[in-house]
Amino acid sequence: MTATLTDPNRPAQAPAFQKISPARQFKNYLAMTLMGLAFLVAVVPLVWLLFTVVSNGYSALVNGDWWSKSLKGVLPEQFAGGVYHALYGSIMQALVCALIAVPIGILTAVYLVEYGNNGRFARLTTFMVDILSGVPSIVAALFVFALWVTTFGFETSAFAVSLALVLLMLPVVVRSTEEMLRLVPDELREASYALGVPKWKTIVKIVLPTALSGIVTGVMLATARVMGETAPVLVLVGYSRSINFDIFGGNMASLPLLIYNELLNPEEAGQLRVWGAALTLILLIMFFNLVATVISRFSAIKTK
Amino acid sequence: MAKRFDIKDLNIYYGKFHAVNSVNLAVPPRNVTAFIGPSGCGKSTVLRSLNRMHEVIPGARVEGKVLLDGEDIYASNVDPVEVRRTIGMVFQRPNPFPTMSIRDNVVAGLRLAGVKNKKHLDEVAERSLRGANLWNEVKDRLDRPGGGLSGGQQQRLCIARAIAVQPDVLLMDEPCSALDPISTLAIEDLITELKKEYTIVIVTHNMQQAARVSDQTAFFNLLGVGQPGQLIEVDDTEKIFSNPGQKATEDYISGRFG
Amino acid sequence: MAEEVTGSSPPAKSNGRRRGDGVFRSMTTGSSLVIVVSIGLIGLFLLIQAVPSLNANNINFFTSPEWATGEVGNLRFGIRDLLVVTVLSSLLALAIAMPLAMGIALFLTHYLQPKLARPFAYVIDLLAAVPSIVFGLWGAKVLGPALEPVATFLNENLAWVPLFSDGNVSLSGGGNIFTAGIVLSIMILPIITAVSREVFRQTPVMQIEGALALGATRWEMIRTTVLPFGRSGYIAGSMLGLGRALGETVAVLIILRSATSSSTFSFFDGGYTFASKIASAAPEFSEPLSTGAYIAAGLVLFVFTFAVNALARYVAGRGKAKAS
Ligand SMILES: Nc1ncnc2c1ncn2[C@@H]1O[C@H](COP(=O)(O)OP(=O)(O)OP(=O)(O)O)[C@@H](O)[C@H]1O
Ligand SMILES: [Mg+2]
Repeated sequence: MTATLTDPNRPAQAPAFQKISPARQFKNYLAMTLMGLAFLVAVVPLVWLLFTVVSNGYSALVNGDWWSKSLKGVLPEQFAGGVYHALYGSIMQALVCALIAVPIGILTAVYLVEYGNNGRFARLTTFMVDILSGVPSIVAALFVFALWVTTFGFETSAFAVSLALVLLMLPVVVRSTEEMLRLVPDELREASYALGVPKWKTIVKIVLPTALSGIVTGVMLATARVMGETAPVLVLVGYSRSINFDIFGGNMASLPLLIYNELLNPEEAGQLRVWGAALTLILLIMFFNLVATVISRFSAIKTK
Repeated sequence: MAKRFDIKDLNIYYGKFHAVNSVNLAVPPRNVTAFIGPSGCGKSTVLRSLNRMHEVIPGARVEGKVLLDGEDIYASNVDPVEVRRTIGMVFQRPNPFPTMSIRDNVVAGLRLAGVKNKKHLDEVAERSLRGANLWNEVKDRLDRPGGGLSGGQQQRLCIARAIAVQPDVLLMDEPCSALDPISTLAIEDLITELKKEYTIVIVTHNMQQAARVSDQTAFFNLLGVGQPGQLIEVDDTEKIFSNPGQKATEDYISGRFG
Repeated sequence: MAEEVTGSSPPAKSNGRRRGDGVFRSMTTGSSLVIVVSIGLIGLFLLIQAVPSLNANNINFFTSPEWATGEVGNLRFGIRDLLVVTVLSSLLALAIAMPLAMGIALFLTHYLQPKLARPFAYVIDLLAAVPSIVFGLWGAKVLGPALEPVATFLNENLAWVPLFSDGNVSLSGGGNIFTAGIVLSIMILPIITAVSREVFRQTPVMQIEGALALGATRWEMIRTTVLPFGRSGYIAGSMLGLGRALGETVAVLIILRSATSSSTFSFFDGGYTFASKIASAAPEFSEPLSTGAYIAAGLVLFVFTFAVNALARYVAGRGKAKAS
């Protein structure tokens, strides 16, 4: 600074802004470029993967039979039949799972937010939910196998799959519901109490409806997630090439299981079925994600 | 309908913290009582204990008696839910239920108590909205969400909702503090109307408001940091504002407060 | 009674109401109990059914690379190779995903305008929506073959690094840990990014503005405020990603080739992870003693992921305590 003051050649007026040194500037741009590149690096596999699946699989989907027929009696090398049986299995297993997991998950979240008071049991529950969310799907499947099949002696079935999926879905439902319930302002609860409404009714009629769209969004996302799970179906139900409506007995196909089995089929028809089923599975999951996104728009809670 | 309150030796605690010390106060029926005093002196705390709303807060408890027409609302056989049906409350910030239409908001208390008769509910909705001076403004949009109203309208909606269950007493905690002067005036007019039928207790930081709407004023004060709040004096509003019995009251009202 | 107090109100139903509250409360508590108990049961059941097989095991469970459960009278199973393959592939995944996730999270939170950040973040979240079997399919059929030249190059030029030395499967087709690790890194990228994004976004505005007001460039601001603030959250998110990678089943199962010899601690090994080993044998789960061997492997995986997740939680909790 002093040097500048005594510099005879200094400009009459100091520059309005001090220049950043080139090294600093370079580092700044370098960091920015690297970060943008990181994003691009992540986009490449996504686009590549989606492109592969779509280009290899779409020709299977345009056939009407794809959606309305099973693979019953279809020879490995034959381009025929469809994945109707596997679609049924995927949706059914996820639905039965949701039927069990959603009430338990929502009630648990209600306990944590409305009754738990961050007490000891509430903290234990939160901890267990965290742990459960980290349980690998294969471990959940093994547990259900050890409990349902080995200990209780039931046969493997779609229902056993749903039970394993419940373990995977529960933490997602609990977490998202809990988050939504905490967003409901206390003022609404107080307003309800002040009208002489008992606590449980306040929760059921005021708090839950207010958080509804967020809860449904979470449930849809969780359902989408369990639909893509493969480990439980590998362990807990056999593959069938024809439709089976009975969730409590017999083999039942699902999209992941169909893909896994057709992978062993070296024929071109088998490969087409694999990619077609992969595309179908992605579309199914995207559909649920999309619905979830749309529903989340209709939130009763105003976030800024 | 309107009932009298007798508060006897009321002490209120939040956990170990002694928030309010020994309040004795009588609130006559068909009368507006204003609670004034500096921030943190326990006005809201006392108000909430009058319909057992403090029980919502973990660790909050009271000692002493609150008699409603001679019945102790803290008696062991009294259900807090019933107490709150009898003693309604309006909050500082308007809080209509966001999932409900205007009409459903007004009759929420009845519907949640199991009243299903549509015609009866519609009648109650109209009567309550008229009672809250809101009918003319919303009668064409009863099915629209309550959150779409202006702040002042929302607050009147909340008052309509509170009177729809036909309580005996209305408690109001700074009902106008989030409103503009015109909405405030509308609410004040409404309070004057309502006092023909209800016993009203109102907390306010606005001296003029206390002077305008109340018949009786209670001045609360803090004796020091960490000390419990105290009821310093209670008297006719006119007397409190013209010739208070205590020096502290006079200082507070005239703005000469610490 | 209550009726006298309520006066003009409808007749009191206090008993019914109290019962409604009690019932509802019990329902919510019961649901929480279901979750708490089921975690306990998972550990317990796996343990109960693993112990007989572990007792019947004729070789060391932890140090042997052998896995032969076909003969019930002569069970020989050890998890050494499963452990090596699981850890190698997961660590490779983590090593790739961590820097990428940090870059993406910073890009989304501190470089893009909020308006653009939303759709860009959605793109990353899309990765999480792709089911693992599709990742496996793509990894085995498309990415693996495409990576073969890269793998060959690394193997030929860096063979003196043990990790890049010859593996126990051929390089052709790419059915090795190298491919699996890269696919796993893509799979865990969304969760690490999501968690990091969340913590980076929560950097106190005051600190950010303070740094900028001192004339810091954007990068200097990030280095001095955002990164220190978000570090524990970032690490916790990475741990969660690691947990996912450790437990990933079907993608690894499809990608990795089975090997005839035991692991050489190279990225160009094939073989099985805990999860893929269990899944591969699932159709033959009939004999309790041999099934027990797989359950024992599952138990180790469970303990492993439990530890990693608990660690993540601990790190995140400590970060939160420090921030507040
Ligand atoms: N939920 C609570 N938990 C613990 N302490 C509380 C709680 N609510 C209030 N208090 C304490 O009780 C005392 C009285 O608070 P209160 O809200 O009744 O004051 P107030 O007179 O209504 O103030 P204001 O005019 O600011 O509304 C204060 O010291 C406050 O900190
Ligand atoms: Mg107050």
